[in-house]
Amino acid sequence: MNELAKKTLQGDTRSIARLITLAENNDKKAAETLKYLHPKTGKAHVIGVTGVMGSGKSTLICELTNIFRKQGKKVGIIAVDPTSPFSGGALLGDRVRMMQLANDEDVYIRSMGTRGMLGGLTSAVYDVVEILDASGKDIILVETVGVGQAEVDIIKIADTTLVVIVPGLGDSIQTLKAGVMEIADIYVVNKADREGVNQTVAELESLVEITCANKDKKTPIIESIAKEKKGIKEIVTEINNHKKYLIETKKYDKKRRLRYETELIEIIRKKLMNFIYDEGKLKKTVDKQLDKISRKETDPYTAAEEILNKILK
Amino acid sequence: MFDKKKLELIKKEKEKWNKEIYQKTTSLKPERKERFENLSSNKIKNLYAPDDVKDADYLRDIGFPGQYPYLRGIHSTMYRGRLWTMRQFAGFGSAEETNQRYKYLLDHGETGLSVAFDYPTLYGYDTDHPLSRGEFGKCGVAISSLKDMEILFKEIPIDKITTSMTINGPAAIVWAFYIANAENRGISKKAIGGTIQNDILKEYIAQKSYIFPPEPSMRLIVDTFEYGYKEVPRWNTISISGYHIREAGSTAVQELAFTVGDGVEYVKWAIDRGLKIDDFAPRLSFFFNAHNDFFEEIAKYRAARRIWAREMKNLGAKKSRSMLMRFHTQTAGCSLTAQQPEINIVRVAIQALAAVIGGTQSLHTNSMDEALALPSEKAVRIALRTQQIIAEESEVTNTVDPLGGSYYIEWLTDEMEEQTYKYWDKVERLGGVIPSIEKGFYQREIANASYKYQKEIEDKKRTIVGVNQYKTDEETEIPILKMDEKGEERQIKRLKNLRKERDKEKVQKSLNNLRKAAEGTDNMMPYILECVHAYATLGETCQVLRDVFGEYEEPAIY
Amino acid sequence: MENKIRVLIAKPGLDGHDRGAKVVARALRDAGMEVIYTGLHQTAEMIVKAAIQEDVDVVGLSLLSGAHMTLFVDVAEMLKNKGINDVLVIGGGIIPEEDIPKLNNKGIKGVFGPGTPCDDIVEFIKKNVKR
Repeated sequence: MNELAKKTLQGDTRSIARLITLAENNDKKAAETLKYLHPKTGKAHVIGVTGVMGSGKSTLICELTNIFRKQGKKVGIIAVDPTSPFSGGALLGDRVRMMQLANDEDVYIRSMGTRGMLGGLTSAVYDVVEILDASGKDIILVETVGVGQAEVDIIKIADTTLVVIVPGLGDSIQTLKAGVMEIADIYVVNKADREGVNQTVAELESLVEITCANKDKKTPIIESIAKEKKGIKEIVTEINNHKKYLIETKKYDKKRRLRYETELIEIIRKKLMNFIYDEGKLKKTVDKQLDKISRKETDPYTAAEEILNKILK
Repeated sequence: MFDKKKLELIKKEKEKWNKEIYQKTTSLKPERKERFENLSSNKIKNLYAPDDVKDADYLRDIGFPGQYPYLRGIHSTMYRGRLWTMRQFAGFGSAEETNQRYKYLLDHGETGLSVAFDYPTLYGYDTDHPLSRGEFGKCGVAISSLKDMEILFKEIPIDKITTSMTINGPAAIVWAFYIANAENRGISKKAIGGTIQNDILKEYIAQKSYIFPPEPSMRLIVDTFEYGYKEVPRWNTISISGYHIREAGSTAVQELAFTVGDGVEYVKWAIDRGLKIDDFAPRLSFFFNAHNDFFEEIAKYRAARRIWAREMKNLGAKKSRSMLMRFHTQTAGCSLTAQQPEINIVRVAIQALAAVIGGTQSLHTNSMDEALALPSEKAVRIALRTQQIIAEESEVTNTVDPLGGSYYIEWLTDEMEEQTYKYWDKVERLGGVIPSIEKGFYQREIANASYKYQKEIEDKKRTIVGVNQYKTDEETEIPILKMDEKGEERQIKRLKNLRKERDKEKVQKSLNNLRKAAEGTDNMMPYILECVHAYATLGETCQVLRDVFGEYEEPAIY
Repeated sequence: MENKIRVLIAKPGLDGHDRGAKVVARALRDAGMEVIYTGLHQTAEMIVKAAIQEDVDVVGLSLLSGAHMTLFVDVAEMLKNKGINDVLVIGGGIIPEEDIPKLNNKGIKGVFGPGTPCDDIVEFIKKNVKR
């Protein structure tokens, strides 16, 4: 086992941080190290937190962490913010909203940019979950950007997904994409002291009636005022209930399997892209095909087949 | 204001002039820029004429000085009667050093005092608090107890001169130090005059030296309004500030809109508490920035006066003292350059002139070395002389509101007023001032404006002399202020002795009483005074309030 | 995709003037870097902890209150004591010329005072980043 893996398993902060950077940069060393870590994963409960900007996700995560810490659990937080498609840079602004946790030794916060993934979660996030899990975290909270595909992708990585809504933001639940609303394992109506909270809860309840009609568990709806620490205990209770439910119905393993599947496909995709582009083996072929496509001498499907044939031979 | 038919004729002739003469010139020789803008990004035309002032009714909208709407000035005589107060913001190191600086400034002709406190004091920490490490006296004077206040004003006639104190979070406590010191010297509360900045809303928006969350902070402020008009009637219990909002990067329009908006908010809170507007409003004051755009600044001050008068009238004010806006001005710190610092003297002179033509009641001029350090004696003397030259040699004080009636100025005044109300609409729709602060509205506007400004400088669309153009390689030799290295040690020793020598029981009792008052609904000022008289320190008194009210955490907005 | 330069922008001590820190943060983002802003009132411990967890390449300290000789040096020394040698430490704010060489000696490699174009900071980082 390499040094980095050893130290990560021991929970050494610097090593964890280093390894995460290597994973984000697609460094070969990361893949090598992660091989040693995977057998030691599985203990951490991964909680996804998604919702529109301004719904108070960071504050909520802060307060949830406070309770987990009181329960003696070690916590890792991954905060994802959008990378600018123009400059390639990012302002990672979630950490600053979790200042309260700055002095706690057993809370690890990492800010990540989406780095060009068109709205989805980078494969690096999967790696980071593995790393934090292997290093001994009991709870891993993943906060996502809150717009687009990332919102939905969170279910592939999380064991429990929280969808955070605020009363009065926009018109009603109907305006939010159907897909987003259905992924929730727990609905949190934050800033519940705002006008319109009763209407929001009522709309959620009717949504739950419909989507959970044929399910064995009704999605709970919790009202909270994260800034005032209200409703947080109830959310933690529901998270624990959900975990119990997953274990009892054997759905836990199914969820994990889905995560690994997504990760596997993503790694294969990356390797394929590397092979074609970065290692230059097929770059000339691809360029030639692209020229032909532009001149309408061939089409993307035919070109793809030809390229794949070259690889698989 | 002008005859309708005449206006039509003027408009026609102006269009003719534009087409035939002006555009002829520009087609042969284009103007230096494609678009001329002021610092608030408002497009400025080539010429302003009577038709630009259009609907103005002189008597209703412009009026006379000393009379509603106070556009032209709050007093009928303005500087013909009395010059503005020359009040230089000063403070560094320990109370002894700053006391010397005050005497120097008074000797050289300043007419009012202004206290700058160090960061620990601004946050309500004593010099020996762990968070005070490295910060003692660096950007202002350290005041941890009544004892320090006594030293600060030693041999200074506080019954004859007014003092402004730039303090916000712990303002009530520092004010109590000042009052207690006066009382101990045999000077009645009714006789002392001055100002405490005490404007917490702009702390949340821009300066960030807040302590407690909004609600208890507002309660404490209204307490000072009430205590002030009843017990310390010559004192301005608040200086509603735009200076810091501007320094944080806002435009002039934003400075105007956010500041006067804050003012209205304070009045509403006080009225909600049950105070009568005509009782406390006469002691509200304001504080603006004087930045580079000469005419825009003048228009800003005029617009501020008219907007405030109107809003106060709408809120039920009947006394003229409640409607006239008194303000202090400081030239823009953020416009000073570290490169070729002597030329800052010129910038300050132009900015100060704008403030005077705009009708300020008191003025601070920055020193040339302030992009590098706190002002040296020589630099602050030159800054003071700048004001004296304007007052004595420029003759701008010979008449009231000399630019009144300028087509450009009247148009710009109206324009800024209109844009202010547009901002107020936005704030209303977000739920009001405090909800807008919590949603980060002001902070976002300011961050965007400051980024835009910086980009303009870097893209060379905006010239800053000495920085991105007209640079020089020659080294500047100007003396930088050096502070007494032993100051911090002295202060910590003084604190130790204070805690030993005072009546510990009395201190504890007074702090307990304050705690009870804070937890209840009493006006806290008398309890704070009791603590201060017992020589409780700033940190100890503040800690009681921190315990009861909690501390504010800002929603960090870029 | 090339590796990103990760920068921590921090405001140590009590100074609340954040205009510059925010402008620099945006400029670095526009130059393709990942920027984490710590917010106000940071102790050296908080800054160093964030720097380690976020595995940054650069720590940028902003201070206008004059306390830089204590607070900047605290951060640089704490990083050294923890065995962290590959992080570039830079600073800005109101810092007199004569203090700059002293700060350089203590490990703060670049000091950017008033009037510095953001491009200069970007170039300096790109040239001096250790990894």
